[in-house]
Amino acid sequence: MLKAVLGALVPLLAAVVAFAFGAIMLLALGANPLDGLNAMLDGAFGSGSRIAATAVKATPLILVGAGIAIAFRTSVINIGGESQIIAGALLSTVVALTLPDLPAFILVPLVLLAGATGGALLGAIPGALKAYASVNEILSTIMLNLVMVQVMNYLLRGPLIDPFEMEAGTRIPQTQRLSDNAALPTLIDGTRLHIGVPVAILAAVAAYLILWRTPTGFRLRAVGHSPEAARAAGISVKRNVTLAMALSGSLAGTAGSILVFGSESQRMVTDGSAAGFTGSAGFNGIVAALFGGLHPLWTIPSAMLFGALLTGATQLQRVLQVPAALAVALNGIIVIFVISSTPVRGWLQRSLADSGLFRRSGNHSEAD
Amino acid sequence: MGDFFTLSVLVATAASAIRLATPYLLASLGETIGQRSGVLNLGVDGVMLLSAFFSYWTVLETGNLWLAVLVGLVTGLAVGVLYGVITVRLSATQGISGIGIFIFGLGLSDLLFRRQVGTPKPVRRLPNVDIPVLSDIPYLGEALFQRNLLTYLAFLLVPATALLLSRTTFGLNIRSVGENPQAADSLGVSVERTRFIAILMGNSMAGLAGAALVLQLGIFQPNLTQGLGFIAVALVYFGAWRPVGVMGGALLYGLVNATVLQWKALGIIPVSGSDLANMAPAVLTILALIVLARRVHAPAALTRPFTRH
Repeated sequence: MLKAVLGALVPLLAAVVAFAFGAIMLLALGANPLDGLNAMLDGAFGSGSRIAATAVKATPLILVGAGIAIAFRTSVINIGGESQIIAGALLSTVVALTLPDLPAFILVPLVLLAGATGGALLGAIPGALKAYASVNEILSTIMLNLVMVQVMNYLLRGPLIDPFEMEAGTRIPQTQRLSDNAALPTLIDGTRLHIGVPVAILAAVAAYLILWRTPTGFRLRAVGHSPEAARAAGISVKRNVTLAMALSGSLAGTAGSILVFGSESQRMVTDGSAAGFTGSAGFNGIVAALFGGLHPLWTIPSAMLFGALLTGATQLQRVLQVPAALAVALNGIIVIFVISSTPVRGWLQRSLADSGLFRRSGNHSEAD
Repeated sequence: MGDFFTLSVLVATAASAIRLATPYLLASLGETIGQRSGVLNLGVDGVMLLSAFFSYWTVLETGNLWLAVLVGLVTGLAVGVLYGVITVRLSATQGISGIGIFIFGLGLSDLLFRRQVGTPKPVRRLPNVDIPVLSDIPYLGEALFQRNLLTYLAFLLVPATALLLSRTTFGLNIRSVGENPQAADSLGVSVERTRFIAILMGNSMAGLAGAALVLQLGIFQPNLTQGLGFIAVALVYFGAWRPVGVMGGALLYGLVNATVLQWKALGIIPVSGSDLANMAPAVLTILALIVLARRVHAPAALTRPFTRH
């Protein structure tokens, strides 16, 4: 009981500290913190369509965050959300370009599946490299982020570019408008609320069920808790590490296809940076997952909160001319604070002791 | 391709390789010191972004390059204090703490740049300083001895770091708390203090790396580093935790970057392949990690917080 209370205190304290820090930043930038808070609340929840925008913004964070929970619970640190989102988006875009005439009830699930597949592949690579070649996954996932940005830029400037952009010579790096049959149906007319939102929530519930209600999840968590004990019990550590990364990547990849087919423009567009397409969801999802105690179900409200922070920050920029990057800085503070807090720390240390940078054989349990 | 293998182009490429290696070298030497003490700092990229911004802003406002270098160093030191408190005093998980520092640096540098500067304006760059006599050596002099002072400093720090680690009492302390903190503690070495100082040294060098990056370019933009700080962390691995090895890695990355730039300029890499060519450093890092992962020996206590029992 006490543990549960302490567990809830950490995110609350982190939120308070982040708010205090945000207020100080606003003061330092010459803006009134109360006006700032007001603008953010208005931007995030001020009207039906704004609430819908907040939910849409939270969608990739729910998916990435649920995936992060799976990976971290298996003691694999997945920092590759950005690359997995991009891979999912690219693969689902190719599917929609190849099969534009399929009816919507087939094409919509198909593009989501393609997104999951693309993300799973991009997740499985660093997973397998960690499992079979001892390559640290933090570094490999970050490097794959850098690689996939360039792959995206190459494809959208070349092979996948809108033929019209080539003819007109404007060469804006974007695909043509993708098939309407692939567009995610909206749930409430006049808002951007599309089926991606319930899909993400269901995926998070599925992640929870997989982790705690299936033999697969038991094996993943066993590996996360103690690779030695898992190995002694006949569980393949290598296979489960790879699987955890693939599952984690598949959720991020789904987020990628939702970003494309839930967008107003119905295209995939790049501004040259990863964040330009993903909105840094690959990183913000980590923050949402940590804030939600690495539990897929708690990740849902946590992601909603961060979705609100992001839409609120956009309004802040509009009203008070404070750049929306404030939200990114606050996210960093929240990560630092949550990770420094004792209850989370104790748990994380036990489960992550072995996923540090360099794997050595034989001394896994030393840290306990 | 023939255009590339002319003496003047090769010399220019070598010169630019050494210039481009400078931020990598400064950051990875600093990271080497930290990791030898058992502390992994994944926040280097964030530190570099912050120090690059503050250095840039300093030049923009004052025009004083050396003040800007100092500001970069102090920025790194300040983040080092924060990182030391988190990972040494509070024993937080190092990997994720570093990611937190990265996200914080990414956001704060972006925010301050957009708010205080807005559109990127070019500033003065670090001037090249010819070293007497040596700079007159044909070709070699142009490539090696007509560089800026931060580049010279970075390469001087290679033997300095090596000597610090291998020949001084403090270096011995660093290595002992990185290999076996319990034993070091029982011999009266303060694990906390040693690691904290190692972090401060490492972060100061990351701060210098950010200053070098921006003052060599003469311009700032959000996410200026584009992952350079993370590659610098991987370079420590590449160099097997030895300063000379790290220097080899930094030079290789400088050379890869310089060659890609030169090949683009000469049209050897077509415009359409330019994005793919930009992947080179990251792909090289992944390949290097695959080859080296099981061949190098990491400090035994790396990423393990120390608690006295």
